[in-house]
Amino acid sequence: MGDMAAHGAVHDAHPPGFAHQFEDVQQQRDAGRLGMWVFLATEILFFGGMFTSYTIYRQLHLSAFVTGSHLLVVKFGAINTAVLICSSLTMAMAIRSAQTAKSKGTIIFWLILTMALGAAFVGLKLRFEWYRDYLEAIVPGINFVPHAKWGADAGQVQMFMCFYFFMTGLHALHMVVGLGILSVLVWMTAKGRFSPEYNAPLEISGLYWHFVDIVWIFLFPLLYLIGGRYPGS
Amino acid sequence: MAALTAIPLKPEAASSIAEGVDQLHYFLTAITLFFTVVIFAAIFFLMLKYRRRSPDEVPAETGEHLLLEITWTVIPSLICVVIFVWASSLYVQNARPPAASTEMFVIGKQWMWHIQHPEGPREIDELHVPVGVPIKLTMTSQDVIHDFYIPAFRVKKDVLPGRYSSIWFQATQTGTYHLYCAQYCGAQHSMMIGWVYVMTPSDYAAWLAAASTNESMAAQGERLFTQLGCSTCHVSDGSGRGPTLAGLYGKQEKLRDGSSRLVDDSLIREAIVNPNSVPVGNYPPIMPTFKGQVDEEQVLQLIAYIKSLASQERTNGK
Amino acid sequence: MSTAISPPHDVPAETRTNYLNASYGIRSWLLTVDHKRIGILYLISITFMFMIGGFAASLMRIHLLEPQGALVQPETYNRLFSIHGIVMVFFFLVPSIPATLGNFLIPIMIGARDVAFPKLNLLSWYIFITGSCFVLFAIVSGGVDTGWTFYAPYSSTFSHTSVVAAALGIFIAGFSSILTGLNFVVTIHKMRAPGMTWFRLPLFIWAMYATSLIFILGTPVIAITLFLLGLERILHVGIFDPAIGGDPLLFQHLFWFYSHPAVYIMILPGMGVVSELIAAFSRKRIFGYAFVAFSSLSIAVISFLVWGHHMFVTGQSVYAGLIFSVLSFLVAIPSAVKVFNWTATLYKGSISYQAPMLYALGFIGLFTMGGLTGLFLAALATDVHLNGTYFIVAHFHYVMVGGAVMAYLGGIHYWWPKITGRMYPDLWARIAATIVFVGFNLTFFPQFVLGYLGMPRRYAVYPAEFQVLNVMSSAGASILAIGYGIPLIYLIWSLKYGAPAGPNPWGAKGLEWTIPSPPPTENFEEMPIVTEQAYNYAGTEEEGHHG
Repeated sequence: MGDMAAHGAVHDAHPPGFAHQFEDVQQQRDAGRLGMWVFLATEILFFGGMFTSYTIYRQLHLSAFVTGSHLLVVKFGAINTAVLICSSLTMAMAIRSAQTAKSKGTIIFWLILTMALGAAFVGLKLRFEWYRDYLEAIVPGINFVPHAKWGADAGQVQMFMCFYFFMTGLHALHMVVGLGILSVLVWMTAKGRFSPEYNAPLEISGLYWHFVDIVWIFLFPLLYLIGGRYPGS
Repeated sequence: MAALTAIPLKPEAASSIAEGVDQLHYFLTAITLFFTVVIFAAIFFLMLKYRRRSPDEVPAETGEHLLLEITWTVIPSLICVVIFVWASSLYVQNARPPAASTEMFVIGKQWMWHIQHPEGPREIDELHVPVGVPIKLTMTSQDVIHDFYIPAFRVKKDVLPGRYSSIWFQATQTGTYHLYCAQYCGAQHSMMIGWVYVMTPSDYAAWLAAASTNESMAAQGERLFTQLGCSTCHVSDGSGRGPTLAGLYGKQEKLRDGSSRLVDDSLIREAIVNPNSVPVGNYPPIMPTFKGQVDEEQVLQLIAYIKSLASQERTNGK
Repeated sequence: MSTAISPPHDVPAETRTNYLNASYGIRSWLLTVDHKRIGILYLISITFMFMIGGFAASLMRIHLLEPQGALVQPETYNRLFSIHGIVMVFFFLVPSIPATLGNFLIPIMIGARDVAFPKLNLLSWYIFITGSCFVLFAIVSGGVDTGWTFYAPYSSTFSHTSVVAAALGIFIAGFSSILTGLNFVVTIHKMRAPGMTWFRLPLFIWAMYATSLIFILGTPVIAITLFLLGLERILHVGIFDPAIGGDPLLFQHLFWFYSHPAVYIMILPGMGVVSELIAAFSRKRIFGYAFVAFSSLSIAVISFLVWGHHMFVTGQSVYAGLIFSVLSFLVAIPSAVKVFNWTATLYKGSISYQAPMLYALGFIGLFTMGGLTGLFLAALATDVHLNGTYFIVAHFHYVMVGGAVMAYLGGIHYWWPKITGRMYPDLWARIAATIVFVGFNLTFFPQFVLGYLGMPRRYAVYPAEFQVLNVMSSAGASILAIGYGIPLIYLIWSLKYGAPAGPNPWGAKGLEWTIPSPPPTENFEEMPIVTEQAYNYAGTEEEGHHG
């Protein structure tokens, strides 16, 4: 970078959204990418604490965790998994559209579709899983009533349900934050901020969205699929 | 000033391991003093010798010295290895109680220590022991985490709710020694202290006889065993719905999944408060839990009773 | 190194535009994105929190003058030591050097205009303030009495104090650390000036980078742990409470998985500061630069592997004990390497004794003592006797106060002219440094003896035989308090009456000394191009492979 005058001349070439602590757009993009990866590393450690605790207790109380897992409805977990995977696809399409200079409308279409799928995920979870759990009185701390046949396992079944709600709840919170980020991206796209040269916010938000998806890919088998579902098991 | 010279630097060494721990401590103190003095002296000396003599003075570079770096990496490492090996062998040595230890039982609760001798006497915040005899303490807490600490013996162990922990010691001199709780446990943590009385074997026997107004722990346990209905299923000849407990303590027992576990205090406690977690042999999992119906003291009495059956014949059940 | 054009000397500091006078008014400060102003915002916040934590400590030491307690009820004492620990660890020590000196200096030292994410930086400060408010609320709404360690099941089920508010405050403040660490990692990776290769970086940057790695990887775990604790307390579900099926040792593993690396968060930046001070006040390149740089990284990595040494007496297996013990010895070695290298730097140097250097030298001596007493605790057999006693308290205060706080004060003094454009009165500073050194040792050395004698920690009352040592310790604390009070006075005094400082009052090397004091908002008028190694006092040509 040269002195003030030269900088002024170069300034007009900076795209909208350029932040002046950086030397150039490339540095800004690199910094943004690295920042998002570092943030995702912190998220891995954040969820990791809960995954570790869950794993330890599952190891110690497997029969209770099997019982708990059978209280969950695999069908809705599976549908939600498909919904999220599709939303990652639509997110990738949104980024691709920006990279290949598609119209604002195309980008917004894919973003809105991603939001719709994300909202569907949260909606399905709330209506068909958590509300159902509430009706069945298996929400710890709210209205958990142990079934008689669980016997001495009741405490650990409740612990399983705790982990279920904590982990999927934390995940859902991240989804909702993601929906917020997506709405901001829709607004930015509408304002014409993105182009093949500058679409870093889309790209790094995409990283976040994929991460949230991947967390669910781990949660689903760990929580829903313990102990098999064969008749007689 | 006189008060300063009267300050002891260590507690009395009143157990078989205390001297060993003290020797290691002296060594570590010597290392610490040595390096502290060396560093302070070096700094002091260099500060004076190389003090800035003029405001624009710029000294020459002294370069890199790989050999020096290696030396002062390797020597501290070697010292650390020595300390590690010494301390670890002491620790491993002290970890396992001698086979012929006399057992006593400790229950920590906010904010006092309950001590139970197997012969029956109970103490609160006091522990009478004979000198020269290895003592094993099996401990549990009724509420939060406590820690049983006798500085003069150099022993300490956390006392946890829901499980047993144990330490052992052998007192080497008679006397009275402090007992502390060393894990913060709430309002009166600093008052959860007491005394250990180490007595000659004859004095101890006399104390035990005088204090034994109660039945032994095993006898109390036997009474509980009938009162709580355990004997209905755990018939001694193996004909009941549950396994006989005669000749069981200290043996390996097969669980339903094929694995086997040692029948010790912890296993019996688990079986009483969470029966499903120790499914034995081919017995159906119908034992009810007694959690909330027995306190830790009563659990220890039941264990003492079952232990007293250890030498009996074991009739093989299912 | 080629430098920015020096500012004309005939323009007085007060009239030249710098980051302090570029804009006025509370809004310009509360909505700033300038890393230097954010550093000052943190400086004010953590000084306030230090006073709260220090006040609690003062009450504790007064109380402990008498074996039966001289001041408060045991229930109050328990709240005092808990507040002291929580505030000092999470709201003073953890942010101290990183958020104040780190924020101020990192961009300047690497030749950048600001950090990578300035708005995120401001957000970090607001998050810190929010967390502090929750903890302050916890203090006034009945206090916390769990200790800063929050062990379950006492904290989850038995305590009747504002545990959730305090845990929430720490949880929130944790995100401030995480985002600061993230910012620093990206800044150091991506925004170094041309020619500023990794091995030309000042050692303060290496230390801050290593610290930031711990920030981002460790802090999320304490966040989730306190989150689970809070949920357990509110919903009465069994995660850590064995009475309802939980495991209290799981809490300890999760807690210490962060809190051990956290102590390295607290000391590594101090070590970075000390490297800068030793180099500047000996006018020499730090001996063994590469070794000191790599030792910071190795400490950060190994620090994640030793947490079990806080749990040697919890009943964990002998094998686990052996592994954690050997790793704890391993983590001591890089620190020893640093101490030797700093001392060797003095050899054939040109040493001056201004206050920052006194603090740095005090650090080396006291950190050596504190670190070596750590060996007593890494060693299994002695740890059994010493765990839970005043020996532990003495050990960690030697490294945290004799180490980290002294380094912090040294750094504040060293960079004060750069930050404020004013010199402080060095004679008073040296007097204060000496008082701090004496007071500190008198406070904490007797506690080593108390520990070996068997006095447990967190005791509101104690057996009379421990009184003499306790009185010595309390006497030392009063001297220490004076030592801390004096800088507060003259530093504030210097803002208005101190002699104006030029760009380089110490004659030191480093990009920060090539720009005016106080610096302009954009730091550099033109981007520096770095052509030489750090601390190049002797004007040495670099060897080829460093280029």
